[in-house]
Amino acid sequence: MSLRVSDLRVHYQTLKGEVKALDGVSFEVGDGEILGLAGESGCGKTTLGKSLIRMDGRMRHIGGEVELDGEVMPIGDDRPGMKQRMVMVISTLLDPSLLIADEVTSALDVSTQKAVARALAGFRDNGVVKSMIFITHDISLTYQIADTIMIMYAGKVAERAPAKVIVEAPRHPYTKLLIDSLPEVGVRHADRKLAGIPGGPPSLLDPPTGCRFRDRCPLAYDRCAEEPPAVEIEPNHVVACWKA
Amino acid sequence: MLRLDNVTKVYKVGAFGGGSLTAVGGVSFDVRQGEVVSLIGESGSGKSTLGRMILGLTPATSGSITLDGVPVKPGKAYYRDVQGVFQDPFSTFNPVFKADRVFRMIKEAYFPGVPEAEWTGRVRSSLEDVRLNPDQILGKFPHQLSGGQLQRLLIARALLLDIKLLVADEITSMLDASTRIDVLNLLAELKARGLGVLYITHDLSLGTYLAERTVVLRSGAVVEMGLTEKVFSRPLHPYTRQLLAAVPRLREPWQDAEPVESCPYHDSGATGGLLEEEKDHFVACARLPECAGRP
Repeated sequence: MSLRVSDLRVHYQTLKGEVKALDGVSFEVGDGEILGLAGESGCGKTTLGKSLIRMDGRMRHIGGEVELDGEVMPIGDDRPGMKQRMVMVISTLLDPSLLIADEVTSALDVSTQKAVARALAGFRDNGVVKSMIFITHDISLTYQIADTIMIMYAGKVAERAPAKVIVEAPRHPYTKLLIDSLPEVGVRHADRKLAGIPGGPPSLLDPPTGCRFRDRCPLAYDRCAEEPPAVEIEPNHVVACWKA
Repeated sequence: MLRLDNVTKVYKVGAFGGGSLTAVGGVSFDVRQGEVVSLIGESGSGKSTLGRMILGLTPATSGSITLDGVPVKPGKAYYRDVQGVFQDPFSTFNPVFKADRVFRMIKEAYFPGVPEAEWTGRVRSSLEDVRLNPDQILGKFPHQLSGGQLQRLLIARALLLDIKLLVADEITSMLDASTRIDVLNLLAELKARGLGVLYITHDLSLGTYLAERTVVLRSGAVVEMGLTEKVFSRPLHPYTRQLLAAVPRLREPWQDAEPVESCPYHDSGATGGLLEEEKDHFVACARLPECAGRP
């Protein structure tokens, strides 16, 4: 196992109070695995990437543990040994075990984007890096290179499964609605009208108890007032939803 | 309605303006009433320069841009008919002022004689038209609203003027997937009510979702254009094919793009003009019609 993150909690200090940007995130990335980390703005995906590298001054490590190649990593704001092994930019010269690529292709044209994404996958294929976390808001893109996709919502993991399963048979209502809202080449408004997800994510200054998606969820019921545990419903498929 | 004829934009570059750069070279197309035309291109294709010329923000070096036969003349009268919305809603608004101040500015500039009560009614109904709840929007500062809300606010502002044409330049690129589609659906509704939309984007999937017609731009020239379903079901120019092959799709792994370098279509630009390969489907190729690489 390359990376193991357990119950990671990272908050931001703001004038208005603590923003609970990461609120109990657990997952693993295996040797040779590319984990696609996807979600909408404010879901915590970038905070997660930063927490594994170097936290900025406003970030506070509240709890949880990160283990890389069997070694527990201190979470703090200056870790020279850590920096050498985990790099945020594509500096594979340092021979990192884990490469974290955060929206590295977002500002690129589609042709360049494809070349860069394939180059990243090539790093893994050629053993330049052992494993990778590919952070993006673009699920179609992460589907192209990731083995596993983890969907985050409001500071928590909603669902994690093999890329094909997330796209073809998602079980969390948020993942389903998100996938259904993506226009693809060839889908025309006149033929099939796509729908967005009404409402917006909750404030992480004072997040609601229970499932954080329940205000927007068409399947929400009484039980959702209680926080759904992350359950492995089949091998390598984790969902945090009472209805999954 | 909007017509571009052989529009060219040359920028002076270099220390003393000694060099020149052709950002847009000889582009012609039109946007009809109640129609969405998507203008697709990568960075440097000249798509935003075209948008800026249509909005009168920068003059064309040569060629003509007309709305209902009248040449573009930036000014109050023109902006009652044509408005633009851009990529970053946060930089469009002044953070010091409440977001709905944009409505006040419209009233002062265009409708000073309209009584206050009637104006408030118009503002509220235009907000409802873009699926915003006026009570949640009015009186808020830009940072209190989401990107999707701000973009819709800007569209509502354009609607108050009862415009004919909206130039939408990458208006959804900063929005989340779940709200992006709401803005696209909104444009579709406005289109059904007769609004013409020029939808400028680098994202082919967003372009095809709405547009009746698609214009593919490369290095300042149109390489292919026509009815959207024709351009996408039977792309003729290798550049269009390359773009389509590079777009990441769901449920369909990337294919290796066919090698296009050897095709005589490649790098043709608009030097040979546009050829109508089939009805409502045009392609640029220097060597057409004798080109051996014709698909």
